[in-house]
Amino acid sequence: MADDRLTIAGREFKSRLWVGTGKYKDFVETKKAIEASGADVVTVAVRRVNITDRSKENLLDYIDPKKYTILPNTAGCYTVEDAVRYSRLARAAGVSDLVKLEVIGDEKTLFPDTAGLIEAAKILIKEGFIVLPYTNDDPIVAKKLVDIGCPAVMPLAAPIGSGLGIRNPYNLRIILETVKVPIIVDAGVGTASDAALAMEYGADAVLMNTAIAGAKDPIMMAEAMRYAVDAGRLAYRAGRIPRKLYATASSPIEGML
Amino acid sequence: MHIQVNGEQRTLATGITVAGLLKDLDIRPDRVAVELNLNILDRSEFDGRSLQEGDRIEIISFIGGGAWRRA
Repeated sequence: MADDRLTIAGREFKSRLWVGTGKYKDFVETKKAIEASGADVVTVAVRRVNITDRSKENLLDYIDPKKYTILPNTAGCYTVEDAVRYSRLARAAGVSDLVKLEVIGDEKTLFPDTAGLIEAAKILIKEGFIVLPYTNDDPIVAKKLVDIGCPAVMPLAAPIGSGLGIRNPYNLRIILETVKVPIIVDAGVGTASDAALAMEYGADAVLMNTAIAGAKDPIMMAEAMRYAVDAGRLAYRAGRIPRKLYATASSPIEGML
Repeated sequence: MHIQVNGEQRTLATGITVAGLLKDLDIRPDRVAVELNLNILDRSEFDGRSLQEGDRIEIISFIGGGAWRRA
């Protein structure tokens, strides 16, 4: 699918499957799963360095920032101030202006605080960040995020880590129709068919973490997701047949006895 | 002198620089960001910036996470 690259803010990406790096058993498993997924965008969280136990290895020893696009996120941030602070720290620690912006509204659902999200995005865009916002499956908010300068929008399929799949396919389809920037379905995917479905609807990419890391065999699931995203993308581009209530024979009547 | 490093009180040699602290802690400067009293330092400032009594310093890096619950 070399002729079908995803472009966001002038950056070109090979893979339409983006992956998180949390919840793996260890860094070796993380690395193997990412390799199996074929992803070239890898999201990471921003946290204090452990200063009491320096024996702990660094994630970036396993995920080469030259090979992958490291996409820092503001996971765990519940206020505009925190999300902006974490984004600035991420930029200082990393090499790029990219941030997956999350302003979380509630601990139980981890749904985004979309008012806070728009406010934080405005501040960061003014500072030159490329803001990829994790948002609700709300077409109006998605449009507002584009209007203020987000080069892509990342609506959830379902709550983070829930594995429920696309809970509101109609909203997602409205977002895909009305928002003219790449749409990356982020969070809530449970298994391969969820990812394929998102791509069949016309999503430009899918980001997931728990669906792979939490599977019995994360490396095998990473491979499954890779095929699902590719298959869904091809099916979208190929154009599916319309749904009909009654049968249409595939074989001709002529020549029957 | 007393300095708060990543939320922990530490007693450090007077006049230690940010680069010196990172070296003492065995932290590679190219992998982290440093915030001193809520101001982010540029990496080029690590060598020249000396810490003062009562400073609060945060050293952060990237860890595994997709979208995660607060620890």
